[in-house]
Amino acid sequence: MAELIKIAQLSCGTEYSSVQYEIEKAARSVGAKIVYPDVSAADINAAVERFGFNPRSPQLKLMIARAVQLADGLYDADAVFIATCFRCAEAALVRNELRRFIQENTRLPVVTYSFTERLKASQLLTRMEALVTIVARKELLAREKQSGLTAGLDSGSSTTKAVVMQDNKIIGKAWMPTGDVVESATSVLEEAMKMAGVELKDLEAIGTTGYGRFTLGKHFNAKLVQEELTVNSKGAVWLADRQRGEATIIDIGGMDNKAITVRDGVPDNFTMGGVCAGASGRFMEMTARRLKIDVSELGNYAVKGNWKNAKMNSYCSVFGIQDLVTTLGEGKSFEDVAAAACHSVAEQVYEQQLQEVDVRHPIIQVGGTSLNAGLVKAIGEVLGEPPIVPENSQFIGAVGGALLSSGFL
Amino acid sequence: MKVFIDPPNSLILFDLIERFGHEPLSTMAALQERVDNIEIDMPPMNVTLDDVIKGLKYAGIEVPSGIRGRLAVWGPLIEEADAAVVMEGAPFSFGCVGCERSNLMVKYLLQRRNIPVLYVTYPEDEEQGKLVVAKVKEFLQGLDKKEAN
Repeated sequence: MAELIKIAQLSCGTEYSSVQYEIEKAARSVGAKIVYPDVSAADINAAVERFGFNPRSPQLKLMIARAVQLADGLYDADAVFIATCFRCAEAALVRNELRRFIQENTRLPVVTYSFTERLKASQLLTRMEALVTIVARKELLAREKQSGLTAGLDSGSSTTKAVVMQDNKIIGKAWMPTGDVVESATSVLEEAMKMAGVELKDLEAIGTTGYGRFTLGKHFNAKLVQEELTVNSKGAVWLADRQRGEATIIDIGGMDNKAITVRDGVPDNFTMGGVCAGASGRFMEMTARRLKIDVSELGNYAVKGNWKNAKMNSYCSVFGIQDLVTTLGEGKSFEDVAAAACHSVAEQVYEQQLQEVDVRHPIIQVGGTSLNAGLVKAIGEVLGEPPIVPENSQFIGAVGGALLSSGFL
Repeated sequence: MKVFIDPPNSLILFDLIERFGHEPLSTMAALQERVDNIEIDMPPMNVTLDDVIKGLKYAGIEVPSGIRGRLAVWGPLIEEADAAVVMEGAPFSFGCVGCERSNLMVKYLLQRRNIPVLYVTYPEDEEQGKLVVAKVKEFLQGLDKKEAN
C-alpha cells in the first residue's frame, strides 16, 4: 500500500466546531492523513517570539509553534493545511501570516481555509486533492509538453469543454453549456474530434477535470482524473507559454473562483472561493439576463462604460441584482451598469481570493469569464496591471487534461 | 457544592476544589461525558453540530463557531455552578480554553450568575502560592458554612 501523504494541520477551533472529523475524512478520501507537528509547551513562547506576532489566544500560539517546527525541518510533512474559524479577526491575521511564513521558509504547498460549523468534507475535497496531487504527482506536474494524441475534458459548473491535442498542438476544441454531465461531454468531445479529424479509438489517453471529473473519468475510462486546481494551472501556463518562473493564475469560474500561484508551472498556494455567487461568472450571467443581452456581449458594453457612474458593491448576487435594478431605474446607461458589474466581481476577487495568496507576476487570467473584456479590464484596474489572457483561455482545464494525460503514455 | 473552575481545565484548581470537599465543574468532566458517549462519533471531543448550535444561547450567529462550541461546553457548567474559583493571569500551561474571546465570555457569564466567586492571581513564587492555596481553602470552607446555614 502506498504511503499516505502527510498534511500538517495548523488550526484553531476545529475540534470545538464539529468539523475536525470532516477535515480528516476529506484527507482520507484523497489518500492523505492529517498530522500535527509535535510541540512541547516549553517551545511555544520562543516560537511566538521568533514569529513576531503574539496573539492572545493560546491555540493560535500553538499554531505558530507548529509552523516553526515545519519551518525548521523538525517535523516531517508533505503539505500544510491552515484553518481557523470564519469571522475571527485575530485568527485571520495569524492564518494569513503563517501561510506566508511557511512559504518563505519551506517548499511545502499550503492551503488556507476559514470554516463554519457547517463545513462538510466535500467542500474540502478539491483542495485536499490538489495538495495530494502536488506532492504525489510532482513528476507529472513538471510535464511541459504534450505528446501523442490525447484529449482533455473539463466538466465545469456552467460549461463543458473538450480539447484534442497532438504533438503539443491543439487540433480540436469545443464547448457547450453543461447539461447532463456525460451527454454534454460526449457532445463536445465528438465536436472536437470532428474538428481534429480523429475518432475516439485513435485517442491514446483522456484526462478529465472539473466538477464532473469522476463521472466522466469512469465513463471514458480516462487515464487522468484530477481536480481543476492543478490541471487548470498546467493548462494556463501552457497556453500563456509561462512554464518557467512564477505567475499568478486567476480563474473566475461559473460557481467559484480560483487564485493560484505557480512556480515553474507547479502550484504552491491556492485559494478557492465559493461562498458568494456575487463574485463569480454566474453574476455576469445574471447581469446579462437582466440587461436582456447575451452574456458574450456584456464585456463589450462594459469596456465602453464607467463603473464609477453606477453604484454596485454588494457581496451577494441577490443584493447585487437589487443594486443593478436600482441603478438602471436611476437611468444609468447599460454600459456603465455592465462596467460596474465587472468591477464589482473584480473587487470581490481581489478582496476575497487575492488576499490569501501573495500575488506573483505576471497575472494570467483564464476561464470562460476571461473572454469578457470588461472583466479583464476591471481585474487590470483593481490589480494595477493588465493580466495576460492567452488564446483559448476558456479551455485551460481541457488543455491541462490533455497535456497531463499524455504523461501516462 | 458545585464549584466552577477557571481555567476550566486546570488540574491544580480541580484538585484543590476536590481536596476541600466540593465538586469541581471542569472541562475534563464535561468532555469525558461526551467522549464516553459511544453514540456520538465526532472526534476528538465529540462536540457536535448540535452543540455548536446550542452555543447560540450564549453568543450570536456572527460569533465564530469555535467560540460557540466552547461556550456550549462551559455555559451549562456555569449555569449549574454554586460558586467559582478564577485564577487570573495564569500562563496557558496552567490551563486554558484556547481562545481568548471564549475566556472573556466565560468570565462574563460567571459575573452575570451572581454566585460567590473567588478571584486569585497566579502566584509568581512559593510564598504567593501558599497564600493562594490558603485563600482558596478559606473560600471553600466559607461555602461549607453557607451551606450549613
